[in-house]
Amino acid sequence: MNPEHPEAREAPAEHPEDEAREPERGAPIGRRVLLGTLGLGALGVVAAPVLQRGMESFLGEVGQKDPTGLTGLLPNGGGFRYYSVVSSVPRKTAKNYRLTVDGLVDKPTSYTLADLRALPQTRMVKDVQCVTGWRVPDTPFEGVRLSELLDAAGVRSSAGAVRFTCFDGAYSESLTLEQARRADVLVALRMQDKDISHNHGGPVRLYVAPMYFYKSAKWLSGIEVTEKVEPGYWEKRGYDIDAWVGRSNGRDDEPTT
Amino acid sequence: MNQRLEAAPVQVDTGVRRFTAAERWIHRTTAALMGICVVTAACLYVPALAELVGRRALVVTLHKWTGLLLPLPVLAGLASRAFRADVGRLNRWGPHDRLWLRAARRRAPGPRPAAKFNAGQKLYAAWIAGATLVMLATGLMMWFTHLTPLMWRTSATFVHDWLALTIGIVLAGHIGMALGDPEARRGLRTGSVSREWVEREHPLWRP
Repeated sequence: MNPEHPEAREAPAEHPEDEAREPERGAPIGRRVLLGTLGLGALGVVAAPVLQRGMESFLGEVGQKDPTGLTGLLPNGGGFRYYSVVSSVPRKTAKNYRLTVDGLVDKPTSYTLADLRALPQTRMVKDVQCVTGWRVPDTPFEGVRLSELLDAAGVRSSAGAVRFTCFDGAYSESLTLEQARRADVLVALRMQDKDISHNHGGPVRLYVAPMYFYKSAKWLSGIEVTEKVEPGYWEKRGYDIDAWVGRSNGRDDEPTT
Repeated sequence: MNQRLEAAPVQVDTGVRRFTAAERWIHRTTAALMGICVVTAACLYVPALAELVGRRALVVTLHKWTGLLLPLPVLAGLASRAFRADVGRLNRWGPHDRLWLRAARRRAPGPRPAAKFNAGQKLYAAWIAGATLVMLATGLMMWFTHLTPLMWRTSATFVHDWLALTIGIVLAGHIGMALGDPEARRGLRTGSVSREWVEREHPLWRP
């Protein structure tokens, strides 16, 4: 076939060979698919608030009836997610668990699990909001008010903050003294009406109801009263120190308290 | 020169050259980076794996940097003429691609005409390229939190999460197809494929 001849060029293919001559000269569909994917991504970002609300309510309902628990793996599928900053965390039981209260106090104290259980317990039911986006509604926490432990230890007048350390060996958190004395800050022993399991930070974790959940340090082992706030583990890595839900970390979640 | 002299007398069918060394390395490095991205994502996301691995700050760092590097092999590969030509082939769709898609959708046993790349491969290449860029953009919005308005970040997280799940499924399909076709894998491992395979799978390809 002579390609210079216009009629020959226009002629329909007679053999598969002819059709196959230049099979790669068609429409640039690939580019359109790529740009379309980009467009859908941008649209997704714009429409996310609406989509997310829909997904949350739908998956929340499905999740209640899902015996496999697979919906928990979906984004916004509900339920807690496990975060640890170290490779492995030692397990502590009623036998070897100790919580120390020291620093700028008159009476440094060490509590066993039984000691903590013997103190007056406070139960609260509020939403848990993680800074990465997941939220678990109406989660009961139960434990000793932090203010009670601080009062028992006798905080000195020079103190201005409280630092929390954990027996995972790496995590730490801080609150101002004023924040630490709030009635909705607990040294929690129970969560979801069960003793706190190891994966949830048991046997004892901090619970700071009005703040993002990274403030609620897991595996709590030390309470140190300090002069000034010392940034905690994630705060050294960019998270806000005053972590009020909905008013920090560039997020606008509904407050939990 | 020597090789030609030695090889000339015996007619050995070394097959058809499908990919150059540069193209194979683009695929390998992209696959490795994508693999690390997926594995670290799973360790951040799936509770059982998160419990097993822990080390959250390290996993996050690894995930962010491999994600950032992911488009680089393809961008660097654009220096290769063969790779550019194949990108062009993946981009352009002929009438036979529609036939291929229709046959594949109906799982029809008939012929599925394809040139160097079939319509499924073209669709996958374009989509995964777009999806990777969306992941990169939303990932950067989550990484540099103070550069974007707060509304955007929650939205970016939402898109990043759901698209990650979609990519996971599509990628599993991609790997599954490769597992089912040893000759296609040989093409990416050695650069060559057998003539029978080309005639069967890519009859319209004129290497």
